[in-house]
Amino acid sequence: MAASTSPSRLPGVATTAYLSLAFLYIPILVVIFFSFNANSLITVWHGFTTDWYVKAYENEDLRRATWNSMIVAVGATFFSTVLALMAAMGMRGRLPRGLAGTSQMMMTLPLLIPEIVIAIATMSFFSIILRSEFMAGTAFLKLVDQYPLTQVLIAHTVFCVPFAYSPIRARIETLPPSLFEAAADLYATPWQSFRRVTLPLMMPGVTSGAMLAFITSLDDFIITQMVAPPGAMTLPVYIYSMVRKGITPEINAVSAILLVISILLVVSSYVINQRKAS
Amino acid sequence: MILKTMSSGLVIQTVSKTFPSPTGPVRAVDNVSLTIQPNEFFTLLGPSGCGKTTLLRMIAGLDIPTSGSILLDNQDIAPLPAYQRPVNTVFQSYALFPHMTVTDNIAFGMKMQGKPKTEIDKAVKEALALVRLDDKGERMPAQLSGGQQQRVALARALVNHPKILLLDESLSALDYKLRKEMQIELKRLQRETGITFIFVTHDQDEALSMSDRIAVMEKGNVAQIGTPQEIYDRPATRFVADFIGICNFVKASSLGLNDNCDIGFRPEDASFTVGRGMGKGNIRHINYRGAVTHYIIELEGGETITLSEDDPQNVEVNDAVSLVIPPERLIRCTA
Repeated sequence: MAASTSPSRLPGVATTAYLSLAFLYIPILVVIFFSFNANSLITVWHGFTTDWYVKAYENEDLRRATWNSMIVAVGATFFSTVLALMAAMGMRGRLPRGLAGTSQMMMTLPLLIPEIVIAIATMSFFSIILRSEFMAGTAFLKLVDQYPLTQVLIAHTVFCVPFAYSPIRARIETLPPSLFEAAADLYATPWQSFRRVTLPLMMPGVTSGAMLAFITSLDDFIITQMVAPPGAMTLPVYIYSMVRKGITPEINAVSAILLVISILLVVSSYVINQRKAS
Repeated sequence: MILKTMSSGLVIQTVSKTFPSPTGPVRAVDNVSLTIQPNEFFTLLGPSGCGKTTLLRMIAGLDIPTSGSILLDNQDIAPLPAYQRPVNTVFQSYALFPHMTVTDNIAFGMKMQGKPKTEIDKAVKEALALVRLDDKGERMPAQLSGGQQQRVALARALVNHPKILLLDESLSALDYKLRKEMQIELKRLQRETGITFIFVTHDQDEALSMSDRIAVMEKGNVAQIGTPQEIYDRPATRFVADFIGICNFVKASSLGLNDNCDIGFRPEDASFTVGRGMGKGNIRHINYRGAVTHYIIELEGGETITLSEDDPQNVEVNDAVSLVIPPERLIRCTA
């Protein structure tokens, strides 16, 4: 057999690859493993139990935080996906080539900005509005008083837009403009054309965009921590506050649930895209 | 008895279209006026960039004229958006909706107009039969061949009984044999439906074989309008003569004529003789092409021309010959 000349056969390459995988996934597996530990010490195995899941379920604060997270994630997903879809449609084919590239870059650039910077910017923005003496400030203050999640929802919607935008934009690029011209030619008003042609054809991009937005919102900690008023605690923020009191397998159980939700969403997004692509 | 409403066809009046571009505005269609009769098979013919597709898109409502008016049965349709015009288009790429079945694609236009379901079902069935795809209604467009997709696109437009059917280079994506079949098919559909067809193409063969009349376009202008025979036999400009069929151009003096313009003639209109003729030259090449034989002749002035003869002649390369061209076949071009 001839010796392989491929660089991927260099000694150590395969080992490193396997080690990387191990480092990525072993800690997560350990968290899940100890969520079934019948002992409040999280590092010593004592026997199998599902008590921690029951305990997590019975924890009222935890349930409220989960509920808050869901409201924010669903709301932010909806609004950011709608905004991203409108942005992608609005920018398509309207701008000259150079500007189109710039606009697209501007839409996705926030993905590269450190989250802490966005968090501080968002926090300052809200405090300026809340302190302003204009009508908007007092109206906003009232809204925030009544619905403590308002600021979290707005902040999440904003930072989810670039995540929702990328797959939507990628999808819209694949659709020839003649499809929309054909719809108009066949008596479809712009609204009918959107309902019957644009939206169905955009659906794979919209679903993956929405799922990315949902995951991003559900997982967010830094920005939420900065902008959330008391009573607007989301799940990651609550987990963090639990950790400060000491780690118990209850946290492992909650983390495992969060992980499962995330994995389910990512996998279904992937499956949907694969099916539409074929 | 209700008489069909008198239609006066499509009148395009001094229509221009200017597009912005980095190097300044480009005039794609320049002050074009023409009239298309009802039930006519009318072709816009020209090389790419001559403005034929832009003109078609303005009739469809997909581009808005910079100036001028487009009258359909005496009504100016230029201000109407595409979805309010009684005009349908067969796109170059077909533009079938990939997420709908063939039936849903064909029904789309009538659904958008809010026609009753029973009427739509009946019309779709008829349209499928018209393009001979009766058994393909439940297929998705991606499951059809190029020729079948083309026919779905035709059915999708024809089912709405438009006053005008626009065809944008609709046959260019098909292979040669299929294209010939579709040419005959299109003629049949036009006769059977009685709809005005406006066909855009750069293929002169297609234009000559299908059209009632042709408008040859050049650089945003109409160079000539006429029946295929008028355009072939009496081209108005050198561009038209050159674009439609093959045409030799030589100086008038090379043919012994007293004129200072160029003279054109078709390869099949001229013949040669070893005796006396219009211009002298030598045979340089003989290309046997089966049905015809091409003779490449170099005239004494140095110009090279091509003649075609149905039967091989008894001559050899380098033989001296003279041209014989009936005077009425000479094309005197102004430009």
